[in-house]
Amino acid sequence: MIPGAPSDRVSGFIAHLRLNGFPIGPAETMDALALLEQATWPQAHEARLGLKTMLSAHKANWDDFDALFDAYWFGHGVKTLAVRDDRTSGRRQTQQNRPDLWNRVLPPGVLPAQELLSDDNEDDADGQATQNIRASVQERLSRTDIRHIVSADDVADLEQLAERLAKAMRNRLSRRRKPSARGSDIDIRRTIRRNLSKAGDPFDLVRRKRPERPVNLVVLLDVSGSMQSYSRLFLAFLRGLMGQWLKTDAYLFHTRLVRITDALRDSDHGRAMERLTLMAEGFGGGTRIGHCLQVFNDQYAKQAINSRSVMIVMSDGYDTDAPDAVALQLARLKKRARRLIWLNPLAGWDNYEPVARGMAEALPHIDLFRAANTVADLAALEPELARL
Amino acid sequence: MKHKDLQTKLTEAGYIADEGLAMALSLAMTLKRSLLLEGEAGVGKTEIAKALAAVEKTDLIRLQCYEGLDANAAIYEWNYQRQLLAIKVREQADMAPDDVESHIFSEPFLLRRPLLEAISRDKPPVLLIDEIDRADEEFEAYLLEILSDFQVSVPEFGTITARSVPHVILTSNSTRELSDALRRRCLYSYVDYPDPAKELRIVKAHMPDIDDDLARQIVGFVQSLRKEELEKTPGIAESLDWAAALTGLGIAALGDDPGTIHASLVCLLKTEADLKSVTPEVSDRLVGKVA
Repeated sequence: MIPGAPSDRVSGFIAHLRLNGFPIGPAETMDALALLEQATWPQAHEARLGLKTMLSAHKANWDDFDALFDAYWFGHGVKTLAVRDDRTSGRRQTQQNRPDLWNRVLPPGVLPAQELLSDDNEDDADGQATQNIRASVQERLSRTDIRHIVSADDVADLEQLAERLAKAMRNRLSRRRKPSARGSDIDIRRTIRRNLSKAGDPFDLVRRKRPERPVNLVVLLDVSGSMQSYSRLFLAFLRGLMGQWLKTDAYLFHTRLVRITDALRDSDHGRAMERLTLMAEGFGGGTRIGHCLQVFNDQYAKQAINSRSVMIVMSDGYDTDAPDAVALQLARLKKRARRLIWLNPLAGWDNYEPVARGMAEALPHIDLFRAANTVADLAALEPELARL
Repeated sequence: MKHKDLQTKLTEAGYIADEGLAMALSLAMTLKRSLLLEGEAGVGKTEIAKALAAVEKTDLIRLQCYEGLDANAAIYEWNYQRQLLAIKVREQADMAPDDVESHIFSEPFLLRRPLLEAISRDKPPVLLIDEIDRADEEFEAYLLEILSDFQVSVPEFGTITARSVPHVILTSNSTRELSDALRRRCLYSYVDYPDPAKELRIVKAHMPDIDDDLARQIVGFVQSLRKEELEKTPGIAESLDWAAALTGLGIAALGDDPGTIHASLVCLLKTEADLKSVTPEVSDRLVGKVA
């Protein structure tokens, strides 16, 4: 039994739940206490059911609750604090060994964007000059194959460029509006014009619709060894796309598939690093595209994709799985998603033929097959997305 | 109402609820909080609201969410055509403009949509907000406001407060992640596929005439079919359909007529790929397990 007044014990329990990922605050503690006070339950079993429905917020909580309840109130050691601490420090150790890639792509400690801002604040003529130089450097970089860019400064610039580009795409997409026969609100201006012939009495109502929703983007990024020189830039691009745009979903794959949406959105630098490090296990090894697509289809597709989703796969198509696996899974994907776009960095090389067998098998199911080895290629995607 | 009592009453109303769900419903009613139900499609989330309305002997008001659902369709809307006609009529009658205005923005010109309807009843109805995950996030935020205050402001004539607080049940198929704010505001319950014993009771509750042995076999078959790798796992509604189909076909035991059994699987399997993956051999194997 846990010592202390009942209310202390309950708030201890709440803290215990919070540590284990329950999104609950002081308000819930009060609620739980009130519930226990007014309830006339003779058994712990009923208190458990009541608290479970009150304090869980999603399925993961729902599934964990019973074990956590037992652990706290009956001391069945499931997840104690000590164990958790071990785990986090273990993570911290791996964090130091993480590949360089993650250091560069994830929310950097010093934002290069801030440098740019401070440039603006300087004396006018000076600032203008710096800007121009930067612009021309970016112009050059945006057309160079990413493979050939080696200097660290250039890479940093490029990442910024990709991120800004993605942000621009995001904004452009969400600003469209159109009138519509079955819209929900009345377009006053058009209504008046339409009814001029009826002495200005507004009898025919013209309606308009709210802006088209931006397309849902779901991106699968290949981070296997063969993609190494490109994946860094693509990740920066993804981070730009993510931003505040709620309808984006991103996944990494190599031999396994990992969802990175939350990690990319995480504003806490340290935590994001920790999460992506865990995800980077096996990074740079072989690729199992077919397998990963299957995992995506089975586990995530229902949630992530609907009939207005655009699915983007960024991969070179070099696969260690059987080639027909990719085709099979793409066919399944195609049924759910509106469009399937495959960005292949190799396609930008001179004389590229999709000879990798997986790639050749996959082509019939793909709506748009594009090169993606320069930033300009990524920019060229925008009209394609806007058309959808 | 104590949860045990509620559980019995739900059973009488034809809904078999497990203890956890009954507790969630009874808490939602005593604490006057909304209840969020999550679970796969076809596990009977919507049915819960219907059963609760039957138990409480009150109305069920249903708001089906969809992408693009907005305040006009969910809360209230002005009846524009009627307003225009009223203006025309008043013009002839030479009424003061201010009077006309206050007239056309009064209650008779207000079209009540489900949310407003639900809070303007004397006896609290059951308000079912179905598939909230299909609505936009903006709507979700608006809904939160209503669910916390139970009042609706109509700019033209003020605030309408609830005459009674409805029993709110939200359902979600998790096609989209719901906001934490909404989750925190609601009680939560996850509705899973039923275990064999519970499913057997459900089948019997819906089809009292069914042969005991056949019911047991049907439930066993569906339960093991759910463990197969399928695109769309059959829910309770599907097993009830299938049971009805089999009794309609006059089948007494699953082992009797493998051809018909396999052909009748269209009641359970709703995609082409699933139909292909469950070959006669597979269905024979599953039948073999339960027969």
